[in-house]
Amino acid sequence: MDEGAEVVNAQFGIGDTVRVRRAYPPGHVRAPYFTRGKTGVVDAIAGAYRNPEELAYGRYEGKALPLYRVLFRQSDLWPDYDGPDGDTTIVDVYENWLEAAEGGQG
Amino acid sequence: MSGPRRVHDMGGLDAGPVCQDGHAQEPWEKRMDAIRMLCGKRGLLRTDEMRRNIEDLGPGVYDRLSYYERWCAAVTNVLLQKNVVTVDELGRKMTEVEQRWTKARKS
Repeated sequence: MDEGAEVVNAQFGIGDTVRVRRAYPPGHVRAPYFTRGKTGVVDAIAGAYRNPEELAYGRYEGKALPLYRVLFRQSDLWPDYDGPDGDTTIVDVYENWLEAAEGGQG
Repeated sequence: MSGPRRVHDMGGLDAGPVCQDGHAQEPWEKRMDAIRMLCGKRGLLRTDEMRRNIEDLGPGVYDRLSYYERWCAAVTNVLLQKNVVTVDELGRKMTEVEQRWTKARKS
């Protein structure tokens, strides 16, 4: 099991509003489908790890990518969510899948 | 706007109840676990490669196979891709094992 490397040059900080890129490439993708195009807030930085989307193809080299814990409002993730407004969920997302976003919801 | 969703990426979809009954592993399942671990120790296989090959089984096969059957299919594919075994070697070995097994059952 890989230990996370030290995070250097993280593009986002805790509290930043971020959006998961709305992209649907083929192959091994680590950003869950239900998060694509959705906006959340960085809750924590979990460390830096080599990109699993490269490791999956036997490319073991490459620099470590920051991995973020992103907090989403459940009502933003699921159009028919009928639980309390304050419900949230946290998803681990690698930096290559995130882009800066405004405070609003995507 | 959204794009194609792959079979394994099912967060939020209705998947029915989760079976929580424990069960003992079959001897072949334990062996499968050991083979996967040894491949990792030899630097032949990483977790992400396992995941990719399991996902690439595709709809139907992915749904139909059991947990360790998926492992078996994925490890086999990685070993073929990396020239550790050939299709021919695998085919001959499988026939040999099957014949040995059939013979043992008859005696």
